Amino acid sequence: MQEGRAGLRDLFIRLSSNKRVKVMTKKQKKVLIRIIISAVLLVGLMVLTRLIDINVYVKLGLYLIPYLIIGYDILKKAALGIWHREVFDENFLMAVATLGAIALGIWKTGDFDESVAVMLFYQIGELFQSYAVGKSRKSITALMDIRPDYANIEGENGLEKVDPDDVEIGSVIVVLPGEKVPIDGRIIEGTTSLNTSALTGESLPRDVKVGDEVISGCVNISGLIKIETTKEFGESTVSKILDLVENSSMKKAKAENFISRFAKIYTPVVCYSAVALAILPPLFRILILHEPGMWAHWFPMALNFLVVSCPCALVISVPLSFFGGIGGASARGILVKGSSYLETLSKVKYMVFDKTGTLTKGVFQVTEVCPADDMRKEQLLYYAAHVESYSNHPISKSLKDAYGQEPDAGILSQVEEISGHGVTALVNGTSVAAGNQKLMKKLGLECTEPDQVGTVVHIAVDQKYAGYILINDVVKEHAAEAITGLKEAGVKKTIMLTGDSRRVAEKVAGRLGVDEVYSELLPSDKVSKVEELLEQKENQEGLAFVGDGINDAPVLSRADIGIAMGAMGSDAAIEAADIVLMDDDPAKIALVMKISRKTLRIVHENIVFALAVKAVCLLLTVILGMGMWLAIIADVGVMVLAVLNATRALRTKNL
Amino acid sequence: MKKTYKIEVDCANCALKMEDAAKATAGVADATVSFMTQKMKVEFAEGADEVSVMKEVTKACKKVEPDCEIFL
Repeated sequence: MQEGRAGLRDLFIRLSSNKRVKVMTKKQKKVLIRIIISAVLLVGLMVLTRLIDINVYVKLGLYLIPYLIIGYDILKKAALGIWHREVFDENFLMAVATLGAIALGIWKTGDFDESVAVMLFYQIGELFQSYAVGKSRKSITALMDIRPDYANIEGENGLEKVDPDDVEIGSVIVVLPGEKVPIDGRIIEGTTSLNTSALTGESLPRDVKVGDEVISGCVNISGLIKIETTKEFGESTVSKILDLVENSSMKKAKAENFISRFAKIYTPVVCYSAVALAILPPLFRILILHEPGMWAHWFPMALNFLVVSCPCALVISVPLSFFGGIGGASARGILVKGSSYLETLSKVKYMVFDKTGTLTKGVFQVTEVCPADDMRKEQLLYYAAHVESYSNHPISKSLKDAYGQEPDAGILSQVEEISGHGVTALVNGTSVAAGNQKLMKKLGLECTEPDQVGTVVHIAVDQKYAGYILINDVVKEHAAEAITGLKEAGVKKTIMLTGDSRRVAEKVAGRLGVDEVYSELLPSDKVSKVEELLEQKENQEGLAFVGDGINDAPVLSRADIGIAMGAMGSDAAIEAADIVLMDDDPAKIALVMKISRKTLRIVHENIVFALAVKAVCLLLTVILGMGMWLAIIADVGVMVLAVLNATRALRTKNL
Repeated sequence: MKKTYKIEVDCANCALKMEDAAKATAGVADATVSFMTQKMKVEFAEGADEVSVMKEVTKACKKVEPDCEIFL
C-alpha cells in the first residue's frame, strides 16, 4: 500500500514536472483582463447614460475609456498597417467599423454602445480562437511528442544523464523502466517489453531480449536494459520521424493555399465594396432621384458589412483541420508528410500494390509438411532442418523455424551441395537428401509434385522417398481486410505488381480479392506499368502506389502518392514516400484514406459554411439593415463553430 | 542551406503575412511559416549570410506583424 502510494506520488510529480500545464498564456490572460474591465465599464456606462442625460462630448469621453482599453492594440495595428502600406486586414476592418460607429454617434445618434461592444466581441472571439487553436495545437504536438530529453550513460559515479546528441556510435546507454529509448541500438543486457505505440499506433507491447534491435522512441515498460548504440541521435528513427512530423505542415495543400490567396483578394474587395455601399446609393439618390442622400442609413450599413465580412473563420480553420488530420494519423502510426498529400490521397481511385513485403510478409514459412507413409511430420522436419542447417538461405531458415529447435551441427557430416538440385548429407549417420524433383530423379526416386504453389523441398531418407515440405511467402494478416477496406473507402480498382511467377501472384491476388495482377515484372517494368496506369486514369483521379520502399523508390516517387511500409526505420522507405506506415500493416492504408476524406470533408464544410453564413449576413445587412451587434456575433460565432469543427479532424476512432 | 527557427505568432493569417515578408527578403530563396508548429523554415540563397539575412527577415516580419517573435 505504502509502496503503491509512493509510486503514485512519483508518477504525479513526474507528470506535473514534464507537462507544464498552462491554461492560458500571459498574452491571453492580459486580453482576458482587458475584456472583463471594459465589459464592466461598458455595462456601467450603459446604465448611467440611460439614467442621466449627459452632453454628447462628455459621453464620448467616458465611452472612449473602455473603447481604448479593449481596442488600443487593434487601432495601433491598423495604424501600423496603413503606415506600412499593408492596409487590408481584419484589424483595419475593425478599426474602421468602430471608429465609423463613433463618428456616427457624435454626428447623429449620440449612441456609443455599439462601437465598444463590437470591439469587445471581436476581442472575445480572438481570445477564444487563440485559446482553442493553442489547445488543439498542444494536444496534437503532445500526440507526437516522442522526443527523448536525455540518455543515461554509465559513468564513474553511477548513471549520468547526457544530451542524446553527445552519444557516440558504439556507446552503451542504459534505459530504465518508464524511460524512452533515446537512440537506435542493440540490446546487450536485460530483457523487457517495449511500448511502441508512439511509433506504430500498436498497443500491444513488444518483448525484446539480448541481441534484439531496438529503435528510439519506444518506451521501456518493465525491465532495465543496456543498449549498444548503432546510430547517432540525428540518424536515429526518432529524430527522423520528428523531423518529418515537424515539417509536415510545410507542404501546404491546395485548399490551404487557396484560402491564403483568397484572403488576399477577398479583404480588399470587401473594403472597396463597403466604401461603394456607403457612397454610391446616397449619391444615386441625390444625383438621379433628387432626394435626400440618407447618409445615416447607408454609412452604418457599410460598417456592418465590413464587420460581417471578416475572413477569420476560413483563415484559421482550414490549416487547423489539416494539422488535426495529420496529427490524428500519426497517433495511429501513419506519417503523412504534408497536408497536400492528405488532399491528394482523398482523391485516390487506383491503388497499386507491390506484393512481397507489402501484401505478404516477405518471409518464407513452412505452410505444409507432407510425410510419406512411414514418416512422422516431426521426423521429416528434423531431417530437413538438419540437412539444410549449414546454409543461410531463407528456405533453410524457415525450415529451422518450423523445426522449433536449433539443429545440432555435430551430428551432420559429409555435406554436399549439388547446385540447382539440393543438398545431401549424413545426419547422425543416416543419409539424407533434400532438394527439388530433379534431385529425387537423380537419386532414382519417384516423387509427386504437389499442386499447391510455393517452393517444394522433397526429402529422401536412407535412399527412400520420405515426403515433401511446402514453403510459401505468407500473406499478411490484415491484407484481405485492407483490400475490402479500400473498396469501402472509395477505391475503384486495386492492382498488384510483382516480380514473382504468375501462378503465385494469381493465387495471392485471388485470395485477397485484388482486381488486377501483373506478374513476372522487373523493377523497371514496374515503373512503366505504373506510368501506363497513370495515363489510363482520368485527370481528377489519383493513383497511389504501396511498396516496401527498399527497391520501390522510383515507383513510389512516380505515383501521385507513394505509400511505404516503414519497416520501422528503413531510411529508403521514409525518404521516398509521401506517406509512411510505421507498422507495415496494409489495413492502415484504408484508415489513412478515411482520415484524409474526413479531413477534406471538414475543410469543405468549413469553407461552405463560413462563406454561406457570411453571404446571408451580408444580404441581411443590406436588405434588413441588421445591426452591428448581430454582425459581430455572426462573425465570431462562425469562427468558433469552424474551429470546433476543425478539431474533429484529430479524432480517428469510428471513421 | 535550410534552417528552421522557432517563432511566436498569434494567428494563422499573421503567419501567412510573415511568410510573404520572409520570402520577399533579399537572400531568402524560399520560406515557409507553419502556424501550427510555430516554426519558420528558411532556405537561404546561395552565398547569403544567414545572420544578416535573418535580421532582415525579423525586421520585415515585425513590419507586417508587430506582435510576432522569431527566436534566432
